[in-house]
Amino acid sequence: MNNGSRRTKTKSLVSRERREMIWGLICVAPALAGFLFWQVGPILGSLVIAFTDWTVANTPRWIGFSNFQRMLFADPLFYKSLSVTGIYAATGVFLNLSFALALALLLSQKIFGLTFFRTIFYLPSTVPAIASSVLWLWLFNPEFGLFNSILTGLGLPKQQWIYDENSVLASLILMNLWSVGPLMVIFLAGLQTIPKYLYDAVAVDGGNAWHKFRFITLPLLTPTILFNLILSIIDTFQVFTQPYVMTQGGPNNASLLYVLYLYRKAFQEYDMGYASALAWVLFLIIALISFVVLQTSRRWVFYVGGSE
Amino acid sequence: MKSAAALDRSPLRAANRVGWLPALITYSLCGLGSFLMLLPLFWLVRSSVMTLDQIFRYPPEWIPAPFAWQNYPDALTTVPFLLYFKNTVFILVPTVVGTVITATLAAYGFSRLRWPGRDLIFNILLTTLMLPYAITLIPTFLLWAHLGLVNTTWPLVLPRWCGGGIFYIFLLRQFFRTIPRELDEAAILDGANPLQVLWHVVVPLSRPALITVAIFSALGAWNDFLGPLMYLNESSKYTLALGLAEFTGLYSSQWHLLMAASTVVIIPVVLLFFFAQRYFIEGIALTGTKG
Repeated sequence: MNNGSRRTKTKSLVSRERREMIWGLICVAPALAGFLFWQVGPILGSLVIAFTDWTVANTPRWIGFSNFQRMLFADPLFYKSLSVTGIYAATGVFLNLSFALALALLLSQKIFGLTFFRTIFYLPSTVPAIASSVLWLWLFNPEFGLFNSILTGLGLPKQQWIYDENSVLASLILMNLWSVGPLMVIFLAGLQTIPKYLYDAVAVDGGNAWHKFRFITLPLLTPTILFNLILSIIDTFQVFTQPYVMTQGGPNNASLLYVLYLYRKAFQEYDMGYASALAWVLFLIIALISFVVLQTSRRWVFYVGGSE
Repeated sequence: MKSAAALDRSPLRAANRVGWLPALITYSLCGLGSFLMLLPLFWLVRSSVMTLDQIFRYPPEWIPAPFAWQNYPDALTTVPFLLYFKNTVFILVPTVVGTVITATLAAYGFSRLRWPGRDLIFNILLTTLMLPYAITLIPTFLLWAHLGLVNTTWPLVLPRWCGGGIFYIFLLRQFFRTIPRELDEAAILDGANPLQVLWHVVVPLSRPALITVAIFSALGAWNDFLGPLMYLNESSKYTLALGLAEFTGLYSSQWHLLMAASTVVIIPVVLLFFFAQRYFIEGIALTGTKG
């Protein structure tokens, strides 16, 4: 009797575990299918296509490393887009993070009306990329745009902005600063996790605002900085809409950002094999940079209580 | 916690209060920042209510006189924006529905149901957050081309019915984990199956997170440019984003109409932001606090 009831109890426990597992798998099934169909499959697919000469019209032929050889030894535009993207990403990431952090620090002050300013600082990042591209195209207009109107008003010489190969990247980076809202909000969330008594401790020791920033805010914010850094690197390396709409990579390929070049090869020249090789190189570059950042982060990211 | 509270009341706190000079500096900087952030939007709206004549006048008019409201009907009829709006909604609605349903299911399966290998699989899925989208672009396109479904909305909608995107699953999972397990157990004792638990216990308690996901996915569909650019090649199927790009190419010097059209594309997003600001801010903040 006693023995029997125990057996049914174990049995029901086992069947409950089984049932929970079946339900769990049912629930995650669409997401797993999506992962296989839209992530794993395409990644492997693009790796295979990168070794072919597929142009959609022909039957793909295996050509080994030819696409990569062509990229490295016979395609000056590849190097051009790589250097353009490198400069854009390095400068853009640094300025975006600095500006977002400055805004977040400003908003973390305890004064009245800061939700209002937060709303305004965030607002531009809600503007769709295509609309902001059209808008900034107009702001940069050399004749009647906002920026040159201001410069003329101040008695300064007009600039060519995106229409000059020397200033086009700087102009696009400037434009990007307009939409740092999400980075700022993530910094703000990070700032809010810093315990107030640490600042009081600095005040007791006679420290000033700089000391508070340098010895409390900055170290305790390093996990957030790391997160934003990785996020921005992945984003800025793949910017597409702005150069596509505003400059088409010009003038003289000075804004030929990598994904724009890839898009051109894939969807305008239908050189799918070569474009896939380009995609894989970009993937490896981003993975390598992220890896290096994460490795070095052990030295500069400070985790409270030493836990990661 | 206790010591922090005690410190709060102590006279030390006075040293930490914002004095009038720092406050003045903070306000000035906030004011300057707001001015710079709003200036482009001001220029947008200003230019959208000027005639081409007024726009090309020197010195520039900062406040147009009179307002040329006619630009709006002109812009909206030059290009079939109403049709583009309809096309966009036809993509946006199934996108949002699919994302919310399948991301909720996945987040539930990854947080509140126990099964072997669950966390490992979730972590593998999470790594795709760091995957550049460029790598999947070409094979995905070729797959849809092979299926003969290019120039339909399938490539834009169907992937959203497959979990919606790991970012949303992550967001909901974080939220679901804050709901006490005892509530599930109580419902199970009452004979509920896991789906009933999800529907009657978890979903009602997660409304803010679900709204956040709905908003983000709606914005994603509204703002998406590359997707429609790749998959929709007949102008009768264009979305607003794609229509605006086409408009820019065709009427590149009609700045008054371009600005009016851009304003029309921006306004719904800005309105949504003002009414649902909390969800924007909290949703984004949540991603950063537990990266």
